[in-house]
Amino acid sequence: MSTPSSTQPRITSVAEVKAALGDQLVDSFFKDDLWLRVRTDAWKSSMRTLRDSLGFHYFCFLSAIDWMPSPYGRGEDDPTEPTPERDTTIRQGYAGGTTRLQVFARVGNPITHVGVTVKVDVPDDSPRIESIHDVYAGANWHEREAHEMFGIVFDGHPDPRNIYLPGDFEGHPLRKDFPLLARMVKPWPGIVDVEPLPGGDETAAGEEQ
Amino acid sequence: MNPLLAEIPYWGQSLLRVLGGLVAVLLPAGTIVYVFLFKMMSFMQSRLGPMEAGPYGSMQLFAEVGKWLQKEDIVPERADVRIFKMAPVIVLLSTFLLVVAVPFGPDAWFTDFEVGVFYALAVSSVSVLGILVAGWASANKYSLLGGLRAAGQLIAYELPMVLAVMGVVIQAGTMNLQKIVVAQNSGSMFGFDAMGHPYVISQFVGFVIFMIAIQAELTQAPFDMPIAESELVSGYMTEYSGFRFLIFFIGEFATAGVFAMIAAVLFLGGWGVPFAWFGWTSIDDIDNWMNIAGPIIVLTKMMLLVFIIMWIRFSYPRLREDQLQRFAWKGLIPLALANIMVTSILKVAF
Amino acid sequence: MSITENALGDRQRLAYIASQAADSRLNVELETEGMTLNIGPQHPATHGTLRIIARLDGEQVVWAEPSCGYMHRGYEKLAEVRTYPQVTTLINRIDWLGSFANEVPFVLAAEKLMEIEAPVRAQYIRTILFELSRIANVSLFLGDLGVQLGAITPVFFAFRDREYVLNLIESATGGRFHPNFDRIGGLKDDLPAGWVDEARAVMKKLRGFCDQIEDLLFGNEIFQSRTRGIGVVPRDVALQYGLSGANLRASGVDWDLRRDHALPMAWNKVAWKVWTHPDGDSFARCWIRLQETRESTKIVDQLLDSIPAGPVMAKVPKIIKVPEGEAWVSTENPLGEMGYYVVSRGDLGPFRVKIRSASFNNISITPWLLRGVYVPDIVTILASLYFILGDIDR
Repeated sequence: MSTPSSTQPRITSVAEVKAALGDQLVDSFFKDDLWLRVRTDAWKSSMRTLRDSLGFHYFCFLSAIDWMPSPYGRGEDDPTEPTPERDTTIRQGYAGGTTRLQVFARVGNPITHVGVTVKVDVPDDSPRIESIHDVYAGANWHEREAHEMFGIVFDGHPDPRNIYLPGDFEGHPLRKDFPLLARMVKPWPGIVDVEPLPGGDETAAGEEQ
Repeated sequence: MNPLLAEIPYWGQSLLRVLGGLVAVLLPAGTIVYVFLFKMMSFMQSRLGPMEAGPYGSMQLFAEVGKWLQKEDIVPERADVRIFKMAPVIVLLSTFLLVVAVPFGPDAWFTDFEVGVFYALAVSSVSVLGILVAGWASANKYSLLGGLRAAGQLIAYELPMVLAVMGVVIQAGTMNLQKIVVAQNSGSMFGFDAMGHPYVISQFVGFVIFMIAIQAELTQAPFDMPIAESELVSGYMTEYSGFRFLIFFIGEFATAGVFAMIAAVLFLGGWGVPFAWFGWTSIDDIDNWMNIAGPIIVLTKMMLLVFIIMWIRFSYPRLREDQLQRFAWKGLIPLALANIMVTSILKVAF
Repeated sequence: MSITENALGDRQRLAYIASQAADSRLNVELETEGMTLNIGPQHPATHGTLRIIARLDGEQVVWAEPSCGYMHRGYEKLAEVRTYPQVTTLINRIDWLGSFANEVPFVLAAEKLMEIEAPVRAQYIRTILFELSRIANVSLFLGDLGVQLGAITPVFFAFRDREYVLNLIESATGGRFHPNFDRIGGLKDDLPAGWVDEARAVMKKLRGFCDQIEDLLFGNEIFQSRTRGIGVVPRDVALQYGLSGANLRASGVDWDLRRDHALPMAWNKVAWKVWTHPDGDSFARCWIRLQETRESTKIVDQLLDSIPAGPVMAKVPKIIKVPEGEAWVSTENPLGEMGYYVVSRGDLGPFRVKIRSASFNNISITPWLLRGVYVPDIVTILASLYFILGDIDR
């Protein structure tokens, strides 16, 4: 998918990035694209290093991932049956991780057109991380969204109001243990007799193979 | 005393005058709305416009009037109720006051003012009051913004209008609108009297200034900051609905028509055709059929000028308030003053 | 959040209702130190339910703050309970004016994780439809630009000419606004017969429309005086806020993801130009979009001339299970850079989808940008930044 000509500049800048970040970097992963994981207390300084020393001036986005699998599955449980047992072990993705919540951001270099995804662990007991709004001004709104959706507190953020949800909303919707109310009320596809598809398909629509 | 109406008893004359006034205001308004707003705007925007009500949508205006009349009379709770209700009437009132000064024929006029021009300019400012009142009394921030913008704009553009008309007055030597019409039609240009002497030619700069000024007085684009539909929803008219909005709507187009009539009188020769065509030398020579043809001629000239006004309205984006003011104070007024200077010099010299 | 009868006491309920009412109604006190004006959520100028709270000093803005969320549909949470093919019906509706373009980055991300590539013919058709959705989106922008500034006529020409493009999209995909045509591994169907010739004719008409708009609107002195020098965004501010698309190119940054990202699409097979402008003001943003529309018609023409024959769908299993991994794909959508960060756990549906929508970043600059401008300039700046509410609020 990536032509050789576009992986060449990426490989050289991987070495540069690793060298510039030094011991702030905890782990990295490369597969057509570069993933980095930095130390939790070095979040702001490593973003600053990326911007100033390596020329990653373009701020793409900032968000968070909740690595715990959802205890509700995909909202397809039959409400008349007891809830099935689900595996809720937390397994992080590329570039590893040690906590349930991770904040990740993507920044880009407008001259070499290289982008990098930077992840950082957020402590489980008190989910706080530094705010990078003074490094990248656009992070202001993204951190507000991550705060209301995941409950992560960004230290030093000037205006931690909700951005999408009403002021008195309780809970953090994008966490996996926050249920999707529509599916709680009526699980998918519902206890409905589903007719087979026209054309003689032996599996009925909505049933899994 | 109008010689045409001399035999009719006084109550008959008053009735005729009232009916004539209503017709003189509402007929142009209706014609302008149908021809220009419904049809011309639609054709310029590559669509057909209303086609359902009546043949080719000609009854659309009656349908709209009926629709608005049957709507609920909503007054905002915090509005200043009495003034809120008065505002549209004030705007329409100024139109009726203005049409009184326009002559429609050698004997078909409402009043024959010696200071017709002065009266017309003074009375046209009454609508500013109505708009300002509508903006303040609505208890709505958008209306307030619209009303204040209107106040600034309309006052700023009164001046170029007055100064442009001064050129005509100097040239004609009178403020009487009837005499201005006669002066244009009985005059001659460079010895040719086949066309009379319409002031649109000798006072062309004044004509252009006057047309720009009335575009602003009517709050039409590019001067429609007070309405500014994409910012202020409807500006000073936001809170008005139903019958009151109908009065604003009719007032807007009726005023366009009446201003165009005044422009036709001042610059295009009003109700007359060049006297040389029929061999008349003064107003007493004119045949009586001119009293029937006069209003039709005025209507035609008015439609021509309104066409220009509406055409510019549909084409241009709107000026920002400060750009608008700058244009008036730094552009039009010096130009109008220069026009007056040149006119007076030439009038004295020749 | 609904209030049940026995959940809150009376006083709390009244306080809640009052705060909701205060939040949404038009504030009527006329303070003399400055007026707080609510622009929206229902307003002719905002492309949807965007609410801007502006504090005015006469006609000048002291500060202005957009308040988003009136259209928040929770797509990232909804995507977690859907299978991969079902997610495309959701994301079609993010940027609803150029909706084919929304599906493409997600489908490309899923294909990247599955390590399959759509056949070449499908790549060409995807690119053509992508550019068509860009033309449909931006031609509406050009017409709407006139309306925001007071010129009421160009918008009708825009809608009339946009109909041709929408008819094209409908004849190929079955849907004018929400085609839902992309499948993981290719496309749902091949193009109908005669579509290529029809598309060429439409592209010619669109070029005529672009010339018409340039004449009618961009050449107008009033338009120029309303947009030149208004809302200047310097280059480094634009990069920091993550402005993308035409907004970034208008500030002088040479950035086009069609050229710079290596994706399995057909942009690198044809010759086209990236337009930039050094000024960074509203006029630059609008002008660039006009030039890009013309450029898109040329791209489509070249692609139409060179579509290869072949299948439109790769061999994918009937039930799509995407292997474990993470992928980020972003494309140059009509509104800017739109990307999907897809985290997969080897399941039928994604584990987490982060939707990076262009308008969220584009509008995040407005508190910085709208200080000290006049009220009419708010409308000009918003019109030139160009956003779709579904894109901001997802």
